[in-house]
Amino acid sequence: MSDSPLPAVDYLKIPDDGDPYLEGYKCSSCEAIFLGERANCSKCGERDQMEAVTLANSGTLYAYSIVHRSFPGIDVPYISAIVDLDGGGTVKGNLINVDPEPEKIEFGMPIEVVYDDALGRKDGEGNSYLSYFFQPSNAAS
Amino acid sequence: MTDAYVVGVDMIKFGRFPDKTVPQIGAEATHLALDDSGLTIQDMEALYCGNLGQASGMVGQRILQEIGQTGIPVVNVSNACATGATAFREAWASVKAGLYDLVIAVGVEQMGRGLLGGAGGSKGISKEGLLGSGTMPSVFAEAGMEHARNYGTTFEQFAKVSVKNHHHSTMNAKAMYQIETPLETVMNAEMISYPNTKLMCSVNVDGSAAAVIASEKKAKELGLMSRAVKIRASILTSDPWQERDLVMPDVNTCTRRAAAAAYEMAGLGAEDIDLVELHDCFATAEILHYENLGLCDDGEAGRMIDDGEVALGGKVPVNVSGGLLSKGHPLGATGIANIYEVSTHLRGEAGQRQVEGARIGLTHVIGLGSACGIHILEKAS
Repeated sequence: MSDSPLPAVDYLKIPDDGDPYLEGYKCSSCEAIFLGERANCSKCGERDQMEAVTLANSGTLYAYSIVHRSFPGIDVPYISAIVDLDGGGTVKGNLINVDPEPEKIEFGMPIEVVYDDALGRKDGEGNSYLSYFFQPSNAAS
Repeated sequence: MTDAYVVGVDMIKFGRFPDKTVPQIGAEATHLALDDSGLTIQDMEALYCGNLGQASGMVGQRILQEIGQTGIPVVNVSNACATGATAFREAWASVKAGLYDLVIAVGVEQMGRGLLGGAGGSKGISKEGLLGSGTMPSVFAEAGMEHARNYGTTFEQFAKVSVKNHHHSTMNAKAMYQIETPLETVMNAEMISYPNTKLMCSVNVDGSAAAVIASEKKAKELGLMSRAVKIRASILTSDPWQERDLVMPDVNTCTRRAAAAAYEMAGLGAEDIDLVELHDCFATAEILHYENLGLCDDGEAGRMIDDGEVALGGKVPVNVSGGLLSKGHPLGATGIANIYEVSTHLRGEAGQRQVEGARIGLTHVIGLGSACGIHILEKAS
């Protein structure tokens, strides 16, 4: 079992000496951005032109759904959100610190990415995980 | 190249058949389609079978083991919710290529109940409810909310799709449900993923559908032209790269590309289409496809449902079968069941729900991942 939390997804990076961040892979030929390490660009087909980039911790809400029915053991309702990050890259996650009601959620609202424990979820070996969440960028963190 | 015709097509009444096997369910539609054409399994030169749940289980061969092992080539196809359409298209292509003169395509599925999608991810911890939702109701809710963002489409407009399709299915004995669902009932049903309530989600059912395809020469030789349906276009696309691909499956671009290619192949335009069976896996999805298929201009889909243009009796009736929302959505069968529906109207045999004077119809399915299949069909004579 690991002493420190593991990343919930492989594009979440936890440096030994610094803050966690989301990592994209950018094609140096066509500038398309992907989540997670990869060798080839599926936009333009270039090979071995991908380089790691640090994605921004700020962005805007593109689209969402308010989830009322999920699998057993998953707390509902919650907001499933798609966020366009400033500078490129689109990620999906839970939007927190907003009431899960349509009238409280605005398309294009400014969002910040925050990092926290993965809702207490542990794997079969008992490891803890660090995940990322979205919240309105004017909310107290 | 020869023209290809549907000379026999049918589906079973969709429902839940836990005591039957997948090949048994598939064999029923195969028999029905053969009977519709007046031919037998011994007349078929190849079989194309679409099924997802047992994709590695040789379902096509097992159907022949139920009804007649004639030793013909069998191709098993799996392509998400475009599985049935893909099997049909493979059958069509074999006739167009001149390999065979008479083939059969069958789509079959036995479904569980409950949410689809979102359970994935084998390593580490479950991401569902942690990094948003991957359930199908949520994914298609988000696609609908993108439309709401662009054009102000409302919850009520999405809900009206469900009212319409459930109404249509009251006239279709082969649909899973024949129940009217007024607007308040749809909007007040259990919310699954806003804006999709339970009545705005397609029904998981078991089902099968099959179609016999013949070359023009064979259809004429067998005297089958009077009820034949000409396949004017068959198109399959995958999803081109899109900015938000990795987190937001794009059902729009592959549909737009498929529609443009299908209209070009048929030498027709959207204005020539008399009825459409499209992929209403969720009420939100149907709205998107009015525009994707060119039935209206971008941003007009909300008005189209408000004005009743897509209801039976309207300008271009959509999903008069009841659609996936009420007829049901047995994944592998859906793409052939919608060919059955359109063919039945073109033959003038749709009874109470008949689209008057229907001459040309379009079928559309989307499999997430993604695959879009479109067929344009025309009354033969």
